[in-house]
Amino acid sequence: MAIAEATAGRQRRRRSRGRRTPYLLISPAVLLMVAFLVYPMGSVLYYSLQNYNVTKPWDNGFAGLGNFRQMFHDHLFWSSLGFSGKWVAANIVLQFLLGLGLALLVNETFIGRAFARALVFSPWAVSGVLTTSIWVLLYNPTTGITRYFADMGIGQHGSSLLADPHSVFGAAVLTEVWRGVPFFAILILADLQSIPKDLYEAASVDGATRMSRFWHITLPHLKDAIILSTLLRAVWEFNNVDLLYTLTGGGPANQTTTLPLYVAQKATIAHEFGYGSALTMAAFCILLFCSILYLRLSKFGSRDS
Amino acid sequence: MTPHPPPPARLKEAVPVEEAAATPPAHQPRTRRRPDRGPRRWEIYGPLALYLLFTLIPFYWMLLYAFRPSTAKGLMPWPLTLQHLDDVWNGQGFGTYFLNSVKVGVTSMLFTTVVAVLGGYALARYEFRGKRVFMVSLLCTQFIPGAMMLIPLFEIFKHLSLVNSLWSVIIAESVFQLPLALILISGFVRNVPVTLEEAAWVDGCTRLRGFLVTVLPLLRPGLIAVGSFAFIGAWNHFLFALMFLSEQDKYTVPVGLSYQIGDSGGVDVGALAAGGVVAAVPVIFVFALIQRYIVKGLSAGAVKG
Repeated sequence: MAIAEATAGRQRRRRSRGRRTPYLLISPAVLLMVAFLVYPMGSVLYYSLQNYNVTKPWDNGFAGLGNFRQMFHDHLFWSSLGFSGKWVAANIVLQFLLGLGLALLVNETFIGRAFARALVFSPWAVSGVLTTSIWVLLYNPTTGITRYFADMGIGQHGSSLLADPHSVFGAAVLTEVWRGVPFFAILILADLQSIPKDLYEAASVDGATRMSRFWHITLPHLKDAIILSTLLRAVWEFNNVDLLYTLTGGGPANQTTTLPLYVAQKATIAHEFGYGSALTMAAFCILLFCSILYLRLSKFGSRDS
Repeated sequence: MTPHPPPPARLKEAVPVEEAAATPPAHQPRTRRRPDRGPRRWEIYGPLALYLLFTLIPFYWMLLYAFRPSTAKGLMPWPLTLQHLDDVWNGQGFGTYFLNSVKVGVTSMLFTTVVAVLGGYALARYEFRGKRVFMVSLLCTQFIPGAMMLIPLFEIFKHLSLVNSLWSVIIAESVFQLPLALILISGFVRNVPVTLEEAAWVDGCTRLRGFLVTVLPLLRPGLIAVGSFAFIGAWNHFLFALMFLSEQDKYTVPVGLSYQIGDSGGVDVGALAAGGVVAAVPVIFVFALIQRYIVKGLSAGAVKG
């Protein structure tokens, strides 16, 4: 489109060269992605139809749908899938609500705003493993903050929230929420700032309350950003292994094993590459299906609501 | 909210923030008459203070244990000691891990940004066959679970003799960061009016020079945002480094941390906290510097991209 608007003489020269230029420009990205994303994805598909276990090479060979049949009878597959769903839902709902509130809050004008923003957004930069380090300290029964609460009569002495099957889910979610809220807050704040100010002024003149301005101006404007950010985050939370791998290791008693964590364990500890690949394919398809469904149901991209 | 009853102590802090922050306009009736100019001061500082507590207490806990002698008991890091930091930096090899992480982070950042600028410019400024397919596949890559690429990527790097080399991690990180970086940068380029470039061409600039003179300076906030995403992502990522690097002098900081968590069990809390400080300082520092560019950069049209 840029080419069409250029001056006549240059236009011809540019057009002949212009045909190759975009391909040259994207070629490094394409090459990298083909070599290290597409090809591996293809080999996952291939391995998923194979028996492939480094520790049992005599069994290796074509397995057909055997891995998938094994999956259907694998209790841990279903329970990890169920936990993945629960994990994603709890995290997204909490992170989104807190993130939206936080974004609205730091979008107001007040003294010390820049500093407050930097502080409340800071966990965004922290890794899953570091988050674990910090919260392991906090949950530790002797050194943690839980002991100080227990001293005050809240909770019990000598128990780690991560070891107790009743509290481990809440404790893990709280940890991930701590890290995840800034992601939503940053994205939503960015989108809030692109709302034209005069919309609000016009609404104020018409006597609209703060509540109705939020419902009729802010939310519709944020809609696409909300859909996209919740979807992206949900996918990342689903795929995220770092935190649970280090925080709970999937325990106690596999209670916090997500599907990708199960795959990672199959790959790194059990070396069942064939079965792990079948699990991978299943996770990828489920994720893709849910995402398309979500985009359809939420009518992504249609502004009038 | 959460199916299991979450830890009582922590929830006490989290819930009021959510209610207060997610529905700020809860105090309507009195102001319905006249259009209000904005929330009152306590309506901002109250929820903000609560949320800051939730954000900062975990950081404080880490600093407390990192800089307090193991024998001390108080809630202030006093008397101050650098003993733990010295232990992990020199004794446990975090000095080496830190250097490795810097190498991985900086190289991935440069690599990702350069490749993404080339491709992003092509996506924004040219029409070419296969562009739509390419864009859609960029989005699809977001569904690929990193944990599930462990096996095939490991095999590839084994063939390339890159196992146990930092390059394996650098390549894997860059490739995983690339799709999002491409999408973001093409959005940023699209926001630069094409007429600016055309003016440069009329003045006799080549396409490349026109880009360098007009577009690149305006891309700065976007480039800073994308570059810092890549740096922080590569600095934080854990699973690839864990899988591909098996010699201790190649470990990155998150891998070092994970082994600390693994065998801590409450044994050496000071070292765990000090390791956390080593992992946190660079990302928090980078984040503090670029935080406002992220919001500005994203608000400039990334979500719409």
